[in-house]
Amino acid sequence: MIAMTHVEKWYGEFKALTDISLTVRKGERIVLCGPSGSGKSTLIRCINHLETYQKGEIRVGGTRLGDDAKTIDAVRREVGMVFQHFNLFPHMTVLQNCMLAPMRSLGASKAEAEATARQLLGRVKILEQAEKYPAQLSGGQQQRVAIARALCMKPKVMLFDEPTSALDPEMVKEVLDTMIALAEEGMTMICVTHEMGFARQVANRVIFMAEGAIVEEAPPEEFFQNPRHERTRKFLGEILHKH
Amino acid sequence: MGANEFLFLLTGLKWTVLLSIVGFIGGGVFGLAIALLRVSGRPLIERITSGYIALFQGTPLLMQLFVVYYGLALVGLKLDAWIAVAIGFTLHASAYLGEIWRGSIEAVPKGQTEAAKALSLRYVSRMRDVILPQAIRISLPATIGFLVQLIKGTSLAAIVGFTELTRAGNIVSNQIFQPLLVFGIVGILYFLLCWPLSLYGSHLERRMAIAAR
Repeated sequence: MIAMTHVEKWYGEFKALTDISLTVRKGERIVLCGPSGSGKSTLIRCINHLETYQKGEIRVGGTRLGDDAKTIDAVRREVGMVFQHFNLFPHMTVLQNCMLAPMRSLGASKAEAEATARQLLGRVKILEQAEKYPAQLSGGQQQRVAIARALCMKPKVMLFDEPTSALDPEMVKEVLDTMIALAEEGMTMICVTHEMGFARQVANRVIFMAEGAIVEEAPPEEFFQNPRHERTRKFLGEILHKH
Repeated sequence: MGANEFLFLLTGLKWTVLLSIVGFIGGGVFGLAIALLRVSGRPLIERITSGYIALFQGTPLLMQLFVVYYGLALVGLKLDAWIAVAIGFTLHASAYLGEIWRGSIEAVPKGQTEAAKALSLRYVSRMRDVILPQAIRISLPATIGFLVQLIKGTSLAAIVGFTELTRAGNIVSNQIFQPLLVFGIVGILYFLLCWPLSLYGSHLERRMAIAAR
């Protein structure tokens, strides 16, 4: 579904991604973790071309991601993304947030877009808020709307960029539950998160990154029981201690 | 001062309002283009538009009107005073509004553009549906402030022979020799035009400050 081969990225002199190769099969759930600045957000942002990269190749579905609007568009239609700060459109209602992209980029009619939006808002259990504006919702509710908004495009892959980091602790669970439900329905997912409980429960593989490179990659049991690298052990020690 | 003189002043007021509207609409259309070009991400285009803005912000409006009115006449393009000042004010307003709106576009959080891109919205939809509605809201107090400046600035059109409110006042005052009375009335008319706008501008600014809290 996604194949990254030898992807490298620089910000000027600073090397943000070093030789990233990663294959994600259909239906797989990947959790990406690592200290801040390790390049995990940069990595997933390359997949839908929110970031450019200088070397290597990224394929999504059958499309090789290039610098041209055509392949970028094609890839973005297949890939949904959820952001740390939700990034809902504040001047539109919840329903309008969910209807905009299907109407503008998939050519859906208003009635179709609204039907899809209502169905997906129902799925993230927030249909009763459809007519409200984002600012009237709690953080957890906003993030669930953001998930529904992304799903309205019927993506084949969902990217989550620290979806619970900006939330108050009591709202983390409602968002994680939504993500778990999505995983159980077979959605292909790549999640940047420090929620290790979530990783244990749904991930097929956990990937640990440091300084722009993939350090370790293993199924969750193995990753948490027997981390092979010193850096991974140190990281796990720090974040598991914190929780 | 008789009713005829007062009616003459009101005719001047009408041209002041019309010139302001034309300058604001023309400046708005071109200003939007300037603002979009300023944030296009293409260095050459951004430099050219930034030069355009610098040129019109760095020279007096009066000089700009002279250049359009007399300068174009020198190269053989004799324009009606009304057309000339309309062009002058459009250029002037487009530079200022372009700069105000550029700032507002850039004040919309980056995450909005990213979310729109991730939803595979193209440039036109990103701007029209997502960025501009928010940018316009942010820019309203400054835009209204500029509109007030523009209305008062139209008095400079008097100098190239365009009979707006100030020139109408001048003409009446020369006829009845009561400059204090005539320009007092002219001043009140300007004030009645500008003050409500200023009030509305600060009302919007206060409301936005509350919303941002």
